[in-house]
Amino acid sequence: MKAVVTVMLKDGVLDPQGKAIGQALAGLGFAGVGEVRAGKVIELELAETDPTRARATAEAMARRLLANTVIESFRVQVEPA
Amino acid sequence: MKPGIVLFPGINRERDMAIALERAFGHAPRIVWHTETDLGELDLLVLPGGFSYGDYLRCGAMAAQTPVMGAVRAHAERGGYVLGVCNGFQILTEAGLLPGALLRNAGLRFISADCHLRVERTDTAFTAQWQQGAVFRAPMAHGDGNYFADTATLDRLEGENLVAFRYVTARGEVTPEANRNGSARSIAGIFSPNLRVLGLMPHPEDLVDKLLGGEDGAPLFASLAAA
Repeated sequence: MKAVVTVMLKDGVLDPQGKAIGQALAGLGFAGVGEVRAGKVIELELAETDPTRARATAEAMARRLLANTVIESFRVQVEPA
Repeated sequence: MKPGIVLFPGINRERDMAIALERAFGHAPRIVWHTETDLGELDLLVLPGGFSYGDYLRCGAMAAQTPVMGAVRAHAERGGYVLGVCNGFQILTEAGLLPGALLRNAGLRFISADCHLRVERTDTAFTAQWQQGAVFRAPMAHGDGNYFADTATLDRLEGENLVAFRYVTARGEVTPEANRNGSARSIAGIFSPNLRVLGLMPHPEDLVDKLLGGEDGAPLFASLAAA
């Protein structure tokens, strides 16, 4: 299976990178852009073939290493490899 | 007290730290590699600054998972002394030995400049040689030094008097301008509840010699050597 882990700063945690991107977009003339948040996407190729177990494994990896849950939240999507 | 320096690939401030420790303790610290798990007779473990594992994923995230950190955790749980500076502080938060996290500097830029720190308490092994409220100069050099913790954690740190140092002006005042990386409540360093673990972002070890512009950071090491 393939697992895609998306890691974002939690709401309420200042994201200066997102803010800078938003300002740059405004400077380029793109109107109507609200808040911009920047995060990370981590793709994992897993030997596991069962989607439920693959998700559980990826979630364990996210809690242990891929995300710092003090400041970040994560979501896992599982798809066929 | 016997000091040791814990070394990870990508760390580059260990020599400065070794000089500061040797001056204060009178003997060279043992260097502990990240794969080691036997810390022997060491009383103080120092995690110096640098860019462990290239700051990949998050600063300190990889180092926090190394074999030596299991030994550092056990040492801390036994009441041993641990000091983390800069990347070392980041590693201690990633390993859960200190609360909170270090975010990207509020202005997004890497800051390489001197700052002033105020000593918030002096009844600890790390700060005994300073006067209460003393202000000292320390170099800082980091891109991710913006201390963050949720409100409940910040309130607990303040309520239990675990803030070690704050960013202040040369006159000791907390102002937004003196807090250049945007840290919550101007926090530059914190203690563990048993006061045996200290993490801070600036580099006292880089100001322990008059030839380099001052000895403002020396009391930290003198305090530890006398503890």
